Amino acid sequence: MRPAVLSVLVLSVMTGGVFPLLLFAIGVVMFPYQTGGSLTVLRGAVIGSRLIGQDFTGPEWFQPRPSAAGNGYDGTASGGTNLAPSNPKLTEGASDFVGIRALAAEYRRRNGLSADTPIPIDAVTRSGSGLDPDISPSNAFLQVARVAKVRKLEEVAVRRLVAEHVVQPQLGFLGEPRVPVLELNLALVRLPQQAAVASQAVR
Amino acid sequence: MSWLEHTVFIATVLTLAHPLGTYLARVCERRRTFLDPLLQPVESALYRLFGVNADQEMSAVTYACCFLSFGAGCAVLLFLLLVMQHVLPGGPADAYLTTPMTMALAANTAVSFTTTTTWQAYAGENTLRYLSQVIGLVAQNFLAGAAGLAVGFAFIRGIARQSSATIGNFWVDLVRSLLWVLLPLGFIGSLALIWQGVPLGLSPYTLAHTLEGRTQVIAQGPVAALEFIKNLGTNGGGFFNANGAHPYANPTPLTNFIGMLAICALPAALMITLGQLTQRLRAGWLLLSAMVVLFVGGLAVCEHAERTLPPQLAELHLVGGNMEGKEVRFGIGESTLTTVVTSNSSTGSYNAQHDSYRPLGVLVALTFLLLGEVVFGGLGTGVYSMVMMALVAAFLGALMIGRTPEYLGKKVTAAETRWIALYVLTTPMVVLVLTAIAVLTQAGRAAVSLNSGPRSFTEILFAYASCMANNGLALSGLDANNVFYNTTTVVAMLAGRYGLAVLALVTAGLFAGQRRVASSGALPVDTPTFALLLLGTILLAAAVSFLPALAMGPVAELLQR
Repeated sequence: MRPAVLSVLVLSVMTGGVFPLLLFAIGVVMFPYQTGGSLTVLRGAVIGSRLIGQDFTGPEWFQPRPSAAGNGYDGTASGGTNLAPSNPKLTEGASDFVGIRALAAEYRRRNGLSADTPIPIDAVTRSGSGLDPDISPSNAFLQVARVAKVRKLEEVAVRRLVAEHVVQPQLGFLGEPRVPVLELNLALVRLPQQAAVASQAVR
Repeated sequence: MSWLEHTVFIATVLTLAHPLGTYLARVCERRRTFLDPLLQPVESALYRLFGVNADQEMSAVTYACCFLSFGAGCAVLLFLLLVMQHVLPGGPADAYLTTPMTMALAANTAVSFTTTTTWQAYAGENTLRYLSQVIGLVAQNFLAGAAGLAVGFAFIRGIARQSSATIGNFWVDLVRSLLWVLLPLGFIGSLALIWQGVPLGLSPYTLAHTLEGRTQVIAQGPVAALEFIKNLGTNGGGFFNANGAHPYANPTPLTNFIGMLAICALPAALMITLGQLTQRLRAGWLLLSAMVVLFVGGLAVCEHAERTLPPQLAELHLVGGNMEGKEVRFGIGESTLTTVVTSNSSTGSYNAQHDSYRPLGVLVALTFLLLGEVVFGGLGTGVYSMVMMALVAAFLGALMIGRTPEYLGKKVTAAETRWIALYVLTTPMVVLVLTAIAVLTQAGRAAVSLNSGPRSFTEILFAYASCMANNGLALSGLDANNVFYNTTTVVAMLAGRYGLAVLALVTAGLFAGQRRVASSGALPVDTPTFALLLLGTILLAAAVSFLPALAMGPVAELLQR
């Protein structure tokens, strides 16, 4: 009896108490930004996390994937739809759910694409976490014309901005190329300022 | 690029198998290692504290009893912590804890985390306190993993030893597994995850004001303390509801790769440990290569299924594979790799929602669950999962050539065969009976209303297969947090953990008592012929038990259109 009781208690304290505390002590010193949740700060205010997807609905922003976390990008309710491909609800939708067919039509309408323009699948499917921070590069490039028009920017400049924000597979072979939406939109906010600064420099 | 990533993954696991296996053999046999100066003082202090004589060995039955009592102690402790978690200080704020911690949920979670199943009928971010996750779940991820490794060591000793009445000391194996393996590797791995972006904090959920002028609340927590050890200990339960799909839990393709490596490396290395300690190294490599064959086969099928756009979407002019429930940073390749790794290794740390997989993709995961975690398998438990099947194969092979069956120098006599047969029959009995009960009762059927038809049946079968395999993967269309599933899954988890481990330990105890026979012209167990026989045995045994059930589930869905 004694070994069973004592080992459960002592080893629980070691692994559930000492280990996390030690990890915390070293982690916070070595990687303060990461342990804090990789929060993105603009003019002193937290605007989100670099890692956590958030919703952008206005036409002046690059838009993320649809999300099944809560009512969309709810950072306290991660999750996917769990709908099987064979489930008609996933494609055709329901009263409380927008199906993939409608999502595709909406994506085409917003971005001024013809009915037979191929759309990257990530633009019309919900991620596993509902908090996917990324979109595929082709999804981002399809949105360039709209964003440039609404923001009255040169399309070439916005396209270049997207190209600069494409994250290549890690170490060259891990994962897929992707574009982090929050970082891209943040760069978009800064773009006119940079342009202004550049023109001042020329003057 | 996924073929390159998959190849690199398998190559890394195989490259690490020999050095890690040699190290594990030293830990198992209490030989000198480079960590001794640091760890031996802690080790002996713990034995003194527990009142354990480290040199006093145990019979298989005593060993199994200690394993059971330790598991029971852990489960009781975790249960008490969970039902009293409302008194714990710290975040998250009560407003976010919307799922009540009922007795049934606490009991389910307690059994789940102490059996390495880590089946989660709750969503972490709106059910658990930070301190419940750390003191409760992180601790159990270590302890249940270490207890599994201890049983693996004992099982290997049983086959390796001659004329021995004992197979080791459970407390020694437990402490050494923790100190020499899980804690040091866990520490390095967790730091690597933090470096890549996994948070580790106790601050409340973050309120962000987005660029568009709205607000987003972002769940935080001591995530990094859990996310590596959940894989290393082959547990799998995540900090957040979305588990490994959540960008805080698994922020980059590299963290995913590290996590998958953490799952497979030690169980694969234990095959080499087995080969070394039984002085049949080639037989160890042979088991490993049989695993790789199954792994590659499953991966190829799953990858093919998910790369293909579901036919339901064919007319919508979409480009890409089945990305519903998958993350862009992982794409199809890292999602299917994770599916095959996790469904095989009693580690349900998924990074994509399997209920949105195509029927063929689901079939691969479900088949691996039903094979009984023979490919790498759980930490420690994977050794006996595979060796028990190899014993069946040796038995069948011996029948064909009319000799007494032998495996790794031990005779498989009537005494051992009885326990092996019971072992092989346990999984189908438990899984099929529980599935039948769920299908026949209103409570069982009410939980699968999200999807319909064959997929609903698959969700139920998958749940029990997962719990029996101590895996924890789920088709989450199943609503698991109710009294019916909280209690019936516990039955499967206990049977899968303790039922199978006790049978394996008793078998090992019988082998330990034998002398090793010089090869008597029986079927050699380190040839490609035996590998084929083994693969055939594994697949046929599963087919005999589960083909009708699979036909009603994923196969029927596959043929629907």
